[in-house]
Amino acid sequence: MSTANPVNAAARLLGGARSLRTRLLVAFALVGVSTAVLVAGVGYVQARNVILQKTQDTAVLTMTGRIETLFPLDGMPPSQAQLDRIAGRLSDRDNTAVAVYRDRHSRGGPDPDMLPPELRHAVRGGRVVWQRVSMGGNPVLVIGTQVRLVRYGGAPFPSELEIYSVRGLRPEQQSIGLLATRAWLTGAVALVFAVLLALLAGRGVLGPVRELRRATDRLGEGDLTARARVRGTDELADVARAFNNTAEALERHVGELRRMESEARRFVADVSHELRTPLAAMTAVTDVLDEEAQRLPGDAGRAARLVGEETHKLTRLVNDLIEISRFDAGTATLALDDIDVAEAIRATLRARGWSDRVRTDLPVGVVVRLDPRRLDVIVANLVSNALRHGAPPVTVRAHAGPDQVGIEVGDSGPGLAPDVLPHVFDRFYKADTARARSEGSGLGLAIARENARLHGGGLTAAGGPAAGAVFTVHLPRPGGEAGATR
Amino acid sequence: MSRVLLIEDDRAVRTGLELALTRQGHAVDAAGTGERGLELLRATRPDVVVLDLMLPGMDGFEICRRIRAGGDLPIIMLTARNDDMDVVAGLEAGADDYVVKPVQPRVLEARIRAVLRRSGGGTANAGPPPVERHGDLTIDRAALVVRRQGEPVGLAPTELRLLLELSATPGRVLSRRQLLELVWEHDYLGDSRLVDACVQRLRAKLEHDSAAPVYIQTVRGFGYRFGPL
Repeated sequence: MSTANPVNAAARLLGGARSLRTRLLVAFALVGVSTAVLVAGVGYVQARNVILQKTQDTAVLTMTGRIETLFPLDGMPPSQAQLDRIAGRLSDRDNTAVAVYRDRHSRGGPDPDMLPPELRHAVRGGRVVWQRVSMGGNPVLVIGTQVRLVRYGGAPFPSELEIYSVRGLRPEQQSIGLLATRAWLTGAVALVFAVLLALLAGRGVLGPVRELRRATDRLGEGDLTARARVRGTDELADVARAFNNTAEALERHVGELRRMESEARRFVADVSHELRTPLAAMTAVTDVLDEEAQRLPGDAGRAARLVGEETHKLTRLVNDLIEISRFDAGTATLALDDIDVAEAIRATLRARGWSDRVRTDLPVGVVVRLDPRRLDVIVANLVSNALRHGAPPVTVRAHAGPDQVGIEVGDSGPGLAPDVLPHVFDRFYKADTARARSEGSGLGLAIARENARLHGGGLTAAGGPAAGAVFTVHLPRPGGEAGATR
Repeated sequence: MSRVLLIEDDRAVRTGLELALTRQGHAVDAAGTGERGLELLRATRPDVVVLDLMLPGMDGFEICRRIRAGGDLPIIMLTARNDDMDVVAGLEAGADDYVVKPVQPRVLEARIRAVLRRSGGGTANAGPPPVERHGDLTIDRAALVVRRQGEPVGLAPTELRLLLELSATPGRVLSRRQLLELVWEHDYLGDSRLVDACVQRLRAKLEHDSAAPVYIQTVRGFGYRFGPL
């Protein structure tokens, strides 16, 4: 039962027992209050005792002194008038006295029957007795004594004349009350002071901790330039320094890796560009070579055809490398136009002679603002992939939502194995390692995905071994349906 | 047969293209630098220029501008693949079309023929009268002359063809795709920036204020239309 623990309960109240601030606050408050209560409490008790003791002593002395002034008594047993007179002489502003002789007592003073019986008993026994009692709700000090008479030359003997003096303790009560109030006040001030101290100490500790946490968060979010401010020379400053050193090392390493990666990518881009010029020359003459190859005899003709074919493949590979380099370098841009999606897909299939081999299910009149060349690249690469690796029939479906267009290319082949699925968009990834170089460049799907992403969309692959592979392109449709049909 | 001026600095590419174009029946003059190209231009009076943009010394853009300043000779740019800035800059400099290296000779041949058709005869002009008036403009479809406030306007063949296509059906919107097929004879995947660049050049020559065009108006999301005035 943790609720039984007041510290825990308080901590939870203040917003979580785990918070360092709360714990500090509670600890400081407890220390402050308990110290104050202890000091003020002990002081209060002592002062109270001293006050009461002194009052008591004074009262007893005053009374015995006054009783002595009564002597010589006018005679024993005292008359009613005498009793009244004695009581009158012993009374003043603070005290009211009653003189009791056997069953008579002076009038006007307190009623002896209201006095505590044990007190009266002790007084009859000849002692001077005092006791603090409550009379009618008021605290009073009752002092009782028996007047003793002394015969000349003889021992004193009890006179049976008892005198009780009742002294109100209200002023003392008020002083003590004041003391208590002050003790409480001191406790309260101590509490406030402790809380302030705790907040101050908390700031001193929590400031750097919070700062460190902010820096850690930023680092975690990928901002490698995040550093904590180092203040002072304490342990927290050491932690901050250690954090900064780690972050610095991390930034250096990541920077190094990025530099190496971008160099590698730039190298690929440069190589591709360099290859383009000789390829341009070769491409220019492949038609010549192809035409002549038919007339060339035997090996020469086959060699010429081979050079022609491979030049086309090399061209495609280099073009794909250049294309993907532009994505890597972030220099790929969109040339947007308002495109009828169905028309564009049909044009792509027609241009490559695939119209008869691919089934289509395309909505009529869906016009989307996109880059037609890049849409062509996406569709062509997906369909080409399906035709090469899947099995017929290959289908292309498009469906238009209010804010995006989906294009789905599916085949009826063996589908994608679960271990292949995460890698289908990897560059030069070959699901079948035994298969030699295929028609494609090995970059087609990666390029298709980059093109979809450049539009702010995406490309996903799905389809288990049972269903055939399905690639789905999502392209956002800015502006939605507005002006979509014509 | 047409006379082609090929300006390309790389010897192998130049030789390859010269070979291919010659086999397709063109008379080819080849130059390795821009300066040499301009000399040959004056000497041989070619029908079309195939121009590499990246040249040592005077670059392709400058040559483009000089040819445009001197007349309406069709220009086809050779550009590095999809280097968008080059394409846009080349079109702004006045090129009529572009092809991306490495280019298949068949593709280049088709573009050359298309651009040459543009500089030749008019559209199927059975219906409308040969001379039309549209505000300050007069368009003579037979003589292929456009006048603005009576003064002849020098239009490159592609610009003229675009204007003729648009003005043939005043008020009707033609999409960029349609214009690419009608004017440039490109397939569906042509680059619509060709249309936009050509429209800009046309507006600069015809419109009083090309920021607020009257003759060639943009219809957002659809394409362009001529008028209504």
